[in-house]
Amino acid sequence: MAKRQLHIVESGYRATLEEQDDTIVWLCHALRGAGAELDLLLHGNAVVYGVQGQEVEPLRFGSRTQRCAPDLAGDLAKLGARRSTCFYVEEDLAERGIDPGEVLDGLVPIPRAKLATLFSRYDQVHRW
Amino acid sequence: MTSRRTLTFALMDPPFESARSTTALRLVDLAIRRGHDVNVFAYEGAVSLSFARQKPHANAVHGRSVEEEDHPLTRDWIAALLEAARERGVRLDWANCGLCVDERGVEESVAGTRRGSPADLARFIEESDNTLVIPTGE
Repeated sequence: MAKRQLHIVESGYRATLEEQDDTIVWLCHALRGAGAELDLLLHGNAVVYGVQGQEVEPLRFGSRTQRCAPDLAGDLAKLGARRSTCFYVEEDLAERGIDPGEVLDGLVPIPRAKLATLFSRYDQVHRW
Repeated sequence: MTSRRTLTFALMDPPFESARSTTALRLVDLAIRRGHDVNVFAYEGAVSLSFARQKPHANAVHGRSVEEEDHPLTRDWIAALLEAARERGVRLDWANCGLCVDERGVEESVAGTRRGSPADLARFIEESDNTLVIPTGE
């Protein structure tokens, strides 16, 4: 039976323009494709990934327009479709003035006080 | 006596940007010295740690030539770790994320390291006693 993994993303928007995604959300997709049993926890600034309706203007340098901007909420939705649960720390969302109603359907809020209990459900916890 | 274990390290930092990479390599060194098998999955900037074309340089501020300066190169440290693993009779499997290698153009890596993919990390995690992630900063 595969080990159950929880991956934690805390560094929000780390090279997302350059990579066209969050590299750890991407890695979770790749690991899932390789058979890993995993869930994702958005912590700190990364909770903003779950907000719907984010649009990224195309990046332009001179005449060069960069196509395929990141779609962070879309990538989370696709991860959910692969039967991985995406949690977010509810206090981190509130501290940033974001209403839970703005968050993508299917994301699961978890209070800080319950994080230790959440971690105990997994064989390994990887904080990126 | 410590029982032989398999440890996986997932690294993200490029060389020469923070002390995290050096700390990671020191942990790998210690694991090898203690007779453990080690897997390393180098992700994003960490694929440059084993880039074979890293070059030492002189340092005019220090007033030293190339030879005198003996500038640290992570490729040399990794080669030394691979040699230490061979001598000790333990395994050091160093896999560089292939897509991360391509986007940085660092295909040439030191002998004993290899091109890999997240599938290697998935296997490493399953086969290891534990995994330590050493991520990059903001």
